[in-house]
Amino acid sequence: MDYELLIGIFPQVLLDGITLGFMYALIALGYTMVYGVLEFINFAHSEIFIVGAFVGVELLLTFKAAGWLDVLPWVVVLVVVLLVGMAASGLLAVVVERTAYRPLRHAPRLIPLISAIGVSFFLQDAIRLVESIWRNAFNLVYPSMDALNHRFELTHTIDVSVKSLVVIVAALLMLWGLHNLVNRTKIGKAIRAVAEDQAAASLMGINVNRIISLTFLIGGAMGGGAGVLFGVQYSLINPYTGFIPGLKAFTAAVLGGIGNIPGAMLGGLVLGLLESFAAAYLSLLTGGAFGAEYKDIFAFSILILILIFRPKGILGEIVRERA
Amino acid sequence: MIKSLLDRPVPATILVAMLLAVTALGVARFPRSIVVFMLFQASIFLLYFARIPRWLKVSLTVVALGVLMPVLGTINAYYMEIAIQVGIFAALALGLNIVVGLAGLLDLGYVAFFAVGAYSWAIFGSPQANLIFGGNAFPLPPWWFFAFLLVGVGVAAGAGILLGLPVLRLHGDYLALVTLGFGEVIRVLANNLDKPINITNGPKGITPIGRPPIFFAPLLQALGIDPNPNVIYPLYLYALVLLIVGVTVLVNRRLEDSHIGRAWEAIREDQTAAQAMGVPLVRMKLLAFACGASFAGAVGVLFAAKQVFVNPESFTFMESIGVLAMIILGGMGSIPGAILGAAVVTVLNLQVLKGLSLWLNELRNAGVTIFGYSLANLPTQLEPAKYERMVFGLILVLMMIFRPQGILPARRRTRELQEPVEP
Repeated sequence: MDYELLIGIFPQVLLDGITLGFMYALIALGYTMVYGVLEFINFAHSEIFIVGAFVGVELLLTFKAAGWLDVLPWVVVLVVVLLVGMAASGLLAVVVERTAYRPLRHAPRLIPLISAIGVSFFLQDAIRLVESIWRNAFNLVYPSMDALNHRFELTHTIDVSVKSLVVIVAALLMLWGLHNLVNRTKIGKAIRAVAEDQAAASLMGINVNRIISLTFLIGGAMGGGAGVLFGVQYSLINPYTGFIPGLKAFTAAVLGGIGNIPGAMLGGLVLGLLESFAAAYLSLLTGGAFGAEYKDIFAFSILILILIFRPKGILGEIVRERA
Repeated sequence: MIKSLLDRPVPATILVAMLLAVTALGVARFPRSIVVFMLFQASIFLLYFARIPRWLKVSLTVVALGVLMPVLGTINAYYMEIAIQVGIFAALALGLNIVVGLAGLLDLGYVAFFAVGAYSWAIFGSPQANLIFGGNAFPLPPWWFFAFLLVGVGVAAGAGILLGLPVLRLHGDYLALVTLGFGEVIRVLANNLDKPINITNGPKGITPIGRPPIFFAPLLQALGIDPNPNVIYPLYLYALVLLIVGVTVLVNRRLEDSHIGRAWEAIREDQTAAQAMGVPLVRMKLLAFACGASFAGAVGVLFAAKQVFVNPESFTFMESIGVLAMIILGGMGSIPGAILGAAVVTVLNLQVLKGLSLWLNELRNAGVTIFGYSLANLPTQLEPAKYERMVFGLILVLMMIFRPQGILPARRRTRELQEPVEP
């Protein structure tokens, strides 16, 4: 085995893993918030996430056509695109909640889950329909911005791209904002109260429906932001790209302890690192017998193992599971 | 009015028999009209709803499925294809119905068992196995197909137990996610097990796969019928599918009213209470997984032989959801529901959406204009046949909101699906 190579690529793999991990963490926040409040897996979150990416690419393409990409500073463009993507996804999440989940809130547990799977499938093709009519294509490429493609060379083997830094900084900002919102504000207090006990919260004068909508808005907005960043980072998106990252982000949320915001971040990081290392080292360690394509199996195996042995996750408290 | 007609035996029999005859003639007269064929299919289902004496119902069904359908299938081969697909999905839906409908274990990776069955015959019924074991012993002779129907059952049941064992402690949505993960793992394995040892031939898939032998060819020749494989095979496969669906229905029926079926329903309604009443949870859940999987395994073997080709594309999460949509649409835990659901979803997919695509293309090519907008300018990506997920998704959401018990609910209504839980 080539130990020098193994050690040589280590920092780069670590860095890539951290970027990927923050991406998962951001998507995982949407799952975690909704689960924390409603104890319900919002299966459509992966599509809400990819809608953010599509809104982002459309906006960027419009900017590009207008020639603004060369004029405006890239930070401004990125912030605008992020905000619009977040707003679109957040609103979509609220609409989905209103139409497909709220009528089923008191139904047995299986029913909203199936409805959510339905929404997820519906949205995939709905995005495709819209883009097909609009552009006669549904594989879209993010317009490149020179500043974002710049790479800082740390040593001759390790470099950091501005894109990765943007993902990490944006993710940290969003996580920090969300953490403050939930723990420091009155709205956050209301969200926590509803999560604790809906009936008691409504007795205390909290409008439960409004708070649930708000939870979806915030969770969806986080997903939309993650979608834009995902697009910026990986360039190519189509309506079906959201599914696997969504599933992995869910795994991250479960890994960290679903319903727990720091847990989602920790889970995302662990999963991102693991996947990045699996992709880089699996082939080296097995002499080429198993390659990077098995990294997906790692994520799903972790999901299965965690659910079986420690369903509460790393940071989670024991939640009672409704049958 | 139609309902009152269908409720009285004599008019119902006459009406249904006439409808069958008229629509069958219609299909024979207009073999390319999709609408007429759909009417024919609908009249087969009308047969189920009509209040007709049982023996008459059975014989009419036998005539419709055993005589009319094959004849129409020789007139337009595509209809035979649809009938076979409906059969395959009906058997799959009936298998999933055991796991989800009877035992209440939401399985989102069901298609994995289908894949296990399909790959078991694909590997040994083609030269692929030579790459694993070396030598030149494969493909196995076509007769082995029938043995592999049983092998498929066994292997898939084994996979079912393998999945069942670790996940027994889970229920509800966690179980759903673990099964989803399991399905994805099987798909990734099928996609990548072409090295270090080439087992599945990766994304390229395996071909050619052996088909079952036409052991009755001499008999046909003696009867003066030309045993042309191109004509015989679809009919033959259709007969096999009917056989499998028949067996599946029979087993499902027996299970439903047996000890085991009752135990499953008890688990579905209230696991704790069932356990308190002495239902062996572990054994019963494993049995449910194994039973449901075994049907998928057998159908998988048939599917591989029918397609002569398998690749991982046929076993995606999408397919699992498709089968789930079938049993939800039809009515969870109900046998006729599962069959109806399979037929509706398959027809929707293969006939309605494809038909819409063809129609749209014709309009496009003819340069028709609507409200001053030339259809020739429609984007080429706009193909109704590609929007299967949208239809499935809509079906799932609308059914959950308006009729969670499905079109034909099971007789013993389920608390799981109807009574609200206390918030």
